[in-house]
Amino acid sequence: MEAKPFSDISYEQFLNEDKLMGSRCKKCGALFVPPRSICIKCYGSEMEWVEMKGKGKLAAFTVISIGPPFMMEEGYDRKNPYCSGVVDLEEGARVDARIEGLDTTKPETIRIGIPLTAQFLHRGEGEKMTTFLAFKPS
Amino acid sequence: MQKKRKLGRGVAVVGAGMSKFAMYPDKDSKDLFAEAFNEMRSSVDKGLEPNDIDALYVGNFTNDFFMHQGHWGPIISDLIGLAPKPATRTEGACAASALAFREGVFAIASGFYDIVLVSGVEEMSKRPTAEVTEGLALASVPYESRVGFTFPGVFGAIATDYFAKYGATRDHLMNVTIKSHNNARLNPKAQFNMTISDLMKARIERAKKKGEPVPEWKDEKEALWDPRFNPQVAWPMYLYDCCPISDGAACMLLVAEEIAKNFTDNPLHVIGIGQGSGRGLHAAPSLTSFEANKNAAAEAYGMSGLTPKDIQFAEVHDCFSMAELIHIEDLGFFEEGTGFKAVEEGLTRLDGPMPINTSGGLKCKGHPVGATGIGQLIEVWKQLRGEAGERQIPKKDLHIGAAQNLGGTGGTCTVTILERR
Repeated sequence: MEAKPFSDISYEQFLNEDKLMGSRCKKCGALFVPPRSICIKCYGSEMEWVEMKGKGKLAAFTVISIGPPFMMEEGYDRKNPYCSGVVDLEEGARVDARIEGLDTTKPETIRIGIPLTAQFLHRGEGEKMTTFLAFKPS
Repeated sequence: MQKKRKLGRGVAVVGAGMSKFAMYPDKDSKDLFAEAFNEMRSSVDKGLEPNDIDALYVGNFTNDFFMHQGHWGPIISDLIGLAPKPATRTEGACAASALAFREGVFAIASGFYDIVLVSGVEEMSKRPTAEVTEGLALASVPYESRVGFTFPGVFGAIATDYFAKYGATRDHLMNVTIKSHNNARLNPKAQFNMTISDLMKARIERAKKKGEPVPEWKDEKEALWDPRFNPQVAWPMYLYDCCPISDGAACMLLVAEEIAKNFTDNPLHVIGIGQGSGRGLHAAPSLTSFEANKNAAAEAYGMSGLTPKDIQFAEVHDCFSMAELIHIEDLGFFEEGTGFKAVEEGLTRLDGPMPINTSGGLKCKGHPVGATGIGQLIEVWKQLRGEAGERQIPKKDLHIGAAQNLGGTGGTCTVTILERR
């Protein structure tokens, strides 16, 4: 695991393994999710992998009626809108994710701050597998 | 503390022109640019010999995706007879032409050129909406688009945090939309030059003609609350919170200050320019402020020696109603978290103390993305020269105005301050 470069490609590969991973600067301790190879706090370049517990709170969200083609292909549309959000992780970092398990037909009832747990939405298989980071209410 | 920046020599605006922004099935980028260029020429009070232009900068964002052509510098330069002079395309998503303006300013301030045409052009409407959305997503933050965020979605998410923090509601966003439409009603160049009431009447007429149930709305807000009139795009962004798809072109003539009098007795002076870059929602210090805005504003205020109180009116990048509130706070016109109240109290109306988007903004004037930055500055030009017609700001001694342009979801922001002396 240590050998993996601190990159978006590695981040996605970890998602395929149901792991939400970030990088921590060995010099100043700053945490980055998704990982960065250059620390933007101290410009240190020595990083280590850290696995997130997958617990967090909803910081902001939207319920999308008109989505991009790949979401429409999953069956989302005006009648069945989906939720995307920003999640504050317990570890202090913030991530973008799909938010599952909420009543998207009543977006006005969704509350910021609700506790969430990570889930990993796998699409495709083998070499073609891709994984979307999602969160659902805890 | 921002370093105080200055130009090597002064730069003035002496001409400006734009096409009407609209959806044109029968006109392409070159046709629209020619319209803008001709209007610019006729706006130069003492005339312009086009051969005197030293160089051209063209802002454009998505024509490579939509029109399968990306090399717009020479195409436009040939169109207006400038070839073989230098022509450069600038790209900064929806802030592409504000970057063209900046490059033009730097080219003159450096002493290299004296007369520069800065411009922007975009052709979007010939593609289906899904493709336009895909094209615009070229400027998205990859981590966001990966999990389904669209542009309205990002501003929707920003709005949910803004609502939670400050107590604003959809009703407050509607105030922004209604104001934009009221201003656009007075702007013949606006894509939607009509009020919400005008649009409601049209909808009622259409229902009557077709024998459909006739909507009964008691006022503009009731129509905006009606999902049949105003459907959800990305909560809490509804159709009327979003700018349209547009085609258009705009250009401005910049010259060295010392020769401005050869072109007009009424030039505008570039007294502040600023730019900034920003990050995605997950990495930004705040969801309700753009760090790129703050950097751009600090550069522009620093250069001009002005404070937000000195700006008499502004055009800001209201790609979505929510964005207008963020910008008027980021630029310091109103305290953080109070923009929605300022709009509610009418402070940003045409006849208010701080008019915002007198053109109708992107929402109503239209948003041909690469032309928008210069389009905004043309409104500042018209207002400062007293040429804004019915929508002329009723203020005595109008002499300082600003334009703020945004690319992506805050990835690129610019602030430009112009002065009439």
